[in-house]
Order: sequence, then C-alpha cells, then structure tokens
Amino acid sequence: MPVAEPVRLPAPAPRTDAVPELADFWAAAGQGRLLLRRCDDCGDPIWYPRTFCPDCGSLRTSWAEASGRGHVYSYTVVHRSAVPGYRDVTPYVVAYVELEEGPRVLTNIVDCDPAAVRIGMEVGVVFHDTGAGTALYRFAPAAR
Amino acid sequence: MTIRGQALIAGAYEHPLRVIPDRSTSQVHAEVAAGALQDAGLEFSDVDGFFCDASAGFGPVSMAEFLGLRCTHVDSTETGGSSYLVHIGHAAEAIAAGRCEVALITMAGRPRSTALRRAEEYELTPDFVFESLWGLSGAVTGYALAAQRHMYEFGTTSAQLAEIKVAASQHAQHNPNAFLRKTVTVAEVLESPMISTPLHRDDCCVVTDGGGAVVVVAPEVARDLGRRSAQVLGQGEAVKHADNGRIDLTYTGAAYSGPRAFEEAGVTPADIDYASIYDSFTITVLETLEDLGFCAKGEGGRFVSDGALVAPHGRLPVNTDGGGLCNNHPAGRGGMTKVIEAVRQLRGEAHPAVQVRDCELALVHGTGGSIGSRMGSSTLILGREDA
Repeated sequence: MPVAEPVRLPAPAPRTDAVPELADFWAAAGQGRLLLRRCDDCGDPIWYPRTFCPDCGSLRTSWAEASGRGHVYSYTVVHRSAVPGYRDVTPYVVAYVELEEGPRVLTNIVDCDPAAVRIGMEVGVVFHDTGAGTALYRFAPAAR
Repeated sequence: MTIRGQALIAGAYEHPLRVIPDRSTSQVHAEVAAGALQDAGLEFSDVDGFFCDASAGFGPVSMAEFLGLRCTHVDSTETGGSSYLVHIGHAAEAIAAGRCEVALITMAGRPRSTALRRAEEYELTPDFVFESLWGLSGAVTGYALAAQRHMYEFGTTSAQLAEIKVAASQHAQHNPNAFLRKTVTVAEVLESPMISTPLHRDDCCVVTDGGGAVVVVAPEVARDLGRRSAQVLGQGEAVKHADNGRIDLTYTGAAYSGPRAFEEAGVTPADIDYASIYDSFTITVLETLEDLGFCAKGEGGRFVSDGALVAPHGRLPVNTDGGGLCNNHPAGRGGMTKVIEAVRQLRGEAHPAVQVRDCELALVHGTGGSIGSRMGSSTLILGREDA
C-alpha cells in the first residue's frame, strides 16, 4: 500500500489501550495494511473490529487483509470545527466509505479538493503515520 | 400487561432560565423537581420513584442523595436526549406493576457555563476508539452525513430543511423564554454560515442551559389532585445502530419505536393533533416524520413545505414552543422540553397563538445520540385526560 505524501490533516493516535484485543489491527495499519476481522463460523466481516461476531454470536474470529478499495457512501465537507488540530485545516472531508468487502467505515477523504468529493466516488486506502507505532486508514480517489 | 391508561403526567415544569452560571447542575435538578411537584400539588416526601439520566456524577445514586429521596424504584436508562421519554414509559410500567405511585423524573445541564467534555463522562468503548479520529466536531458532522445521503437518495433540498427552522421560529416568537425569538425566512436560513455540508448554522439547534421535570402518577393519585393531567397511552423505544457496518443513514430508530407506540395506544398518525418532534437538527425532524408514518420515506421534504408544521392551521403542528431549533435544547438533550410542550397542548395551556384547537392526542418523539451512527429513539403517545 502506498504511503501518503505530506498531509494536511492531523493524525491523532487512537486509544488502543481501550481495545487491547485489537492490537494487531493497529500494528498492521502502521505497516500500511488494512485488516478486517471475519467470523470463522458465518464468514461475515465485522466492523468496527471485534473478537466477537455480532451477526451470529460466535467468539471464533480471525484477521483477513482487506483490498483497501471502496466507494463513498456519504460525506460532508466540514467548514467549522472545534476539534484540536482539525479546526485549523478546514475545509476537510469526513465520510463513510463502503469497502469492497461490505462494511461502511467512518474515515476522511484526502488528496483531493473537498468540493470534488461525490457519493459513489471510487477510493483506495492510504495510511497516515500517527507517530505512535500505528497509522490512520484514510481514503483517496482511486488511481485511474 | 399494558401501560395504556395506567399512569398520568400530573406535574410538568420547564426551568425558565437559559443561561445558569451561578449554581450547580445538581441544584438545577432540585429546582425543576420542586417546580414539577408544586405544579402537581405533591411534596418531595410523596416521591417513591426517581429517574434521571447518567450525565451527572453517579447518576441517580448521586441525585437521590442530593434530593433526600427514599425510593422503591429507581432508573437511569441512558439513551441520550430521548432518555426522559423512556423514563416515562418505565415509570408507567413501574406504577402499573405497583412498584411506586409517584415517580419524579428530572434532567438538567449547563453546557454554556461548564467546561465538561462529553467523552470524559463515559468509559471508552470501541465505537469511540474507531470514530474519534476523523475530526467529527460536535454532533453536526454525523447529522450532516445523514442529510447528504438523504438528499442523494430522495432529492431532499436545503430549502425543504429550512422550512422546519422557519416553522419553529414562527412558534418561538410567542414564547417569552425562548432563546431565539426572531422569525426567519428560508432565504435567511440558507444564507446562514455553512457548518458541515449540507447543514447551515440555522439547521442546528440552540445550545442552552436549563432543565425540565415531570411527575407521573397513578390514576387514583391524579383523581384527587384537581389538576388537568395527560394520559400516557403508549410508549416505544429502540436503539438503532450500524448493524455491524451496514449503517443506513436515511432512517432513524423512530421506524421501530413509532409503530410500537401507535400499536399500544391504538391510534394512527392520522389521529395525532399535535407532535413534538426531536429537532436537534432540521434533518432529524424530516427523517423522523417519515419514519413515524406521517408521510412515506423520501417524502419528508414535500411534507414540511408550505407551512405544514405551523400552528394552529398547519396539517401537523410541530414544536409549538419553538423547539430545540429556537426555544430550548438544554445540555444537548431535548426530550424533556418536547414532553412538556405536549402536556401544555393537551391541557390547553400553550400560547393562544399556537394552541391546537381541541387537542386530544399528542405524539412526542426523542432521538438521543446521532442519526449518523447510533441512537436511542423513543416515541410517546399522550392523550387529553378526558379523551
């Protein structure tokens, strides 16, 4: 997976301490890999990641690597923000990206003019280093 | 066992202030409790059931101690701004089950006067871990995501959303306690600053300090009070969430709580004379009206146009106190004020300019949390005491 060029958005470190069972997810993101948890019993992807399947109740789940491709399900261009780090870089885009594998993932759209984002736009994952041993999965317009 | 007709709201009181820098939030709880009990003609010593949300300290454990209550039933169901509708349903259940006779439900908050940040009040959960990273600012970003998708799927327009704010302002001009009393036009709403596309500043509710309380009693208690009360006829609640990554932004939990409330009450949307619809944002109202069955999914924009929500002649008067969009949305939790205005309407005690004639049936709907992720939804159907 490509690593993004100099980024405008902050990359806050996630509270990984609150989800110790998901350490592999964040370590993989730091290496430029997007993992999806899958249920060993019913096969469904699980989002947000858990070591429990909310569809069938199984505790048998495993990691699989996602393709990193998807499309925009919805988005908003934030013009006014109170979030530290983000409030100085408006306008920025918050979006739900529907992964090829199905889940709709909350994230940012980057590397394009916010005014150019559209529902249905094809995107691919990029990773932004948090400086804390992990990276944030964001999405940029898919290369043509 | 049903709750239909088993309990009544005998006391209802909205704190008159909108900015409260000089007393603790616990004190505001006590003031609205006193106001509601006085309105009902009851004393603190009569209270044997207590309800509040989980936003202050250790919830009802802290508040029951502060208020000096001895209770046989306590509940702090926390579903965000819809909590109080849930509490009323639960109070009716408790009364019907003989677990208490006088249930006091209070809420209060002071976001204008305190520096509390919401995330610190709750233990961190995985949804927070995965969603706190992307610059969502307050509640508006999530609601904007929903509005954007609704526009994409159904062609809903910003001008249609603006009609909801316009209607609220038409009502608020008659409310001396309203935070915003000036009427606005669709053009003015669309000219207000863009916050997060497609929502403008005037698509968003006000931020106020304040509170409100109700007292729910058994029928035998209401009989002796000599005060017009409102019957609790039905209540439904639901948590709507992403369903394992399959989030659908175009509808809310009202699609689940509404039918349950209507079925319990034995009425339909066509029977409703007045509705208090949670209006954290204009899009909240629009999706909710569809989900409750006042119009088909996707038709909300058409439904709210041309003064449909304006009392007394609109086809469905909504939020005649001015709602969260113009009157009051204390601490980001607008459910209690929604209930209180419905009780006023059923008592014939709304402002004359907005009083619905012969108001027999009222619906109240609350949405706590975010229609952009997960929410607690509750629908309450109330009837005039003699209806």
